[in-house]
Amino acid sequence: MSPEINLEKAFQDRIDKGEKIEPKDWMPEKYRKTHIRQISQHAHSEVVGMLPEGNWITRAPSLKRKCALLAKVQDEAGHGLYLYSAAETLGISRDEMIEQLHSGKAKYSSIFNYPTLSWADMGAIGWLVDGAAIINQVMLTRTSFGPYARAMVRICKEESFHQRQGYEIMMVLASGTPEQKEMAQDALNRFWWPSMMMFGPRDEESTNSELSMKWKIKRKSNDELRQQFVDNSVPQAEYLGLTIPDPDLKWNEERGHYDFGDIDWNEFWQVVKGDGPCNKERMEARQNAWDNGKWVRDAAMAYAEKQSKSKSIAV
Amino acid sequence: MEKNENLIHYLLMLGDNSMILGHRLSELCGHGPNLETDIALTNISLDFFGQVRSYFQYAAQLKGEDFNEDKIAFLRNERQYYNATLLEQENNDFAYVIVRQFLFDAFHKELLEQLMNSKDTTIAAIATKSIKECRYHLRFSSEWLKRLGNGTEESHQKAQLALNDLYVYCHELFAESEVERKMKESGIGADLDAIKHNYLAIIHQLIAEAQLKIPETIQRVAKGKLGFHSEKLGYILTELQYMQRAYPDMQW
Ligand SMILES: [Fe+2]
Ligand SMILES: [Fe+2]
Repeated sequence: MSPEINLEKAFQDRIDKGEKIEPKDWMPEKYRKTHIRQISQHAHSEVVGMLPEGNWITRAPSLKRKCALLAKVQDEAGHGLYLYSAAETLGISRDEMIEQLHSGKAKYSSIFNYPTLSWADMGAIGWLVDGAAIINQVMLTRTSFGPYARAMVRICKEESFHQRQGYEIMMVLASGTPEQKEMAQDALNRFWWPSMMMFGPRDEESTNSELSMKWKIKRKSNDELRQQFVDNSVPQAEYLGLTIPDPDLKWNEERGHYDFGDIDWNEFWQVVKGDGPCNKERMEARQNAWDNGKWVRDAAMAYAEKQSKSKSIAV
Repeated sequence: MEKNENLIHYLLMLGDNSMILGHRLSELCGHGPNLETDIALTNISLDFFGQVRSYFQYAAQLKGEDFNEDKIAFLRNERQYYNATLLEQENNDFAYVIVRQFLFDAFHKELLEQLMNSKDTTIAAIATKSIKECRYHLRFSSEWLKRLGNGTEESHQKAQLALNDLYVYCHELFAESEVERKMKESGIGADLDAIKHNYLAIIHQLIAEAQLKIPETIQRVAKGKLGFHSEKLGYILTELQYMQRAYPDMQW
């Protein structure tokens, strides 16, 4: 056996035993690349994900809700920060990752390409989008790459708080005036299918899955996770007195799961490929923030350099 | 009764300052020059809204009957908001954000230090809690002022431009209104004259450290805190009040 093959085997043995891989450990190049891709895309999703909810901060209906929403969006920025740091341990800079986002080379979760059209969307997003994210992220707390797994542990705690907060917004609306209830139902109608799409393509069409399973990036398939999401959400919607917009949704006694209808895969691929309702707006907002911030970042850098120079002269 | 009316009016002045600046900062959430600054500005905004809630809960309690913090925050007309005009100025660029913040933080710190000794124990308690936040805000804004002033040619110019535009609004902070005079005399409110000296000393020193120039003073004194605002406030209120106006009397 060549030394490379030995290393790979030892590496895989460690993963199989459930050991964590740390940044300084030897790893196959493909493992490094895959993690850079996945963690940076996850980071981008947190940051782009600030925009749809940020859209309602200035219009929040009460001071209490405004504070909660501000804090939530700020948490997402914090998640972005941990994740960029985790990816940086693999030898890529935050600036490079941001470049990749802006050039379109790196993706982010398609869910954030849908517009937020009413206050109830803050509820629906917390309940369904954070809810779907948690299902994915709880699995990732046990992923093989140490910094990623640890970031997930921290993030999951905050995400479940977000989900409860979102569900509580829905609860108040659903038990409010007819107008409020209608607002809540409309938000559920618009966010249900995009949330279902968050788990990605059907298993038979998912390209990265086999390697991801081997490296324990994934422990459950897209379809298994999606099923878990449906099974969680149906009783929650029933409790709210709202209707999930899927006529095929039905309890299947034999499977012990809910059966559900087909996702519109044309829409899924259309949004992934950049042609969703807000892809352009989201990218423009990120690009503008970055471009308009350049002189600020440059000033901070220049000032830090001057400071360290004057210090070394003083010494 | 008259005493309460003045006190309520004074609480609105304090709360409106925090609310309108908090609102401006909240507009930036998700759009900062980098994640760290985005998080810091959101934090400051959150601190301000926390203060708003304390002031308005107290005001609502004094007003009694069917008042609450949200009714006070969202259901007044433009002329019934009493924030200083400085705070409604727009986020033209990051330099405006920092200069506006700095000019207010330095004032706010002096103000809160006085209010900590207010005869009104609720105001004193709110000030005691807020002063810690305020000291952090002032550190943040003055550090950034120095960075921008001493950073690059471009940042220096932008900071100077913002200072030229915003400095004029400082006069208003010290132009004592009728209500402020009465509150001072009853030992509840701050003595703005006493604050002014320290304030000017602090900002002049930091402006010098940032290598910026104090603009020529213009004599006009803005009157936002008397309810005569710039045209910008109306648009802030349009967003701020949207839900409460469109869906009156509902729980959220
Ligand atoms: Fe998050
Ligand atoms: Fe979240």
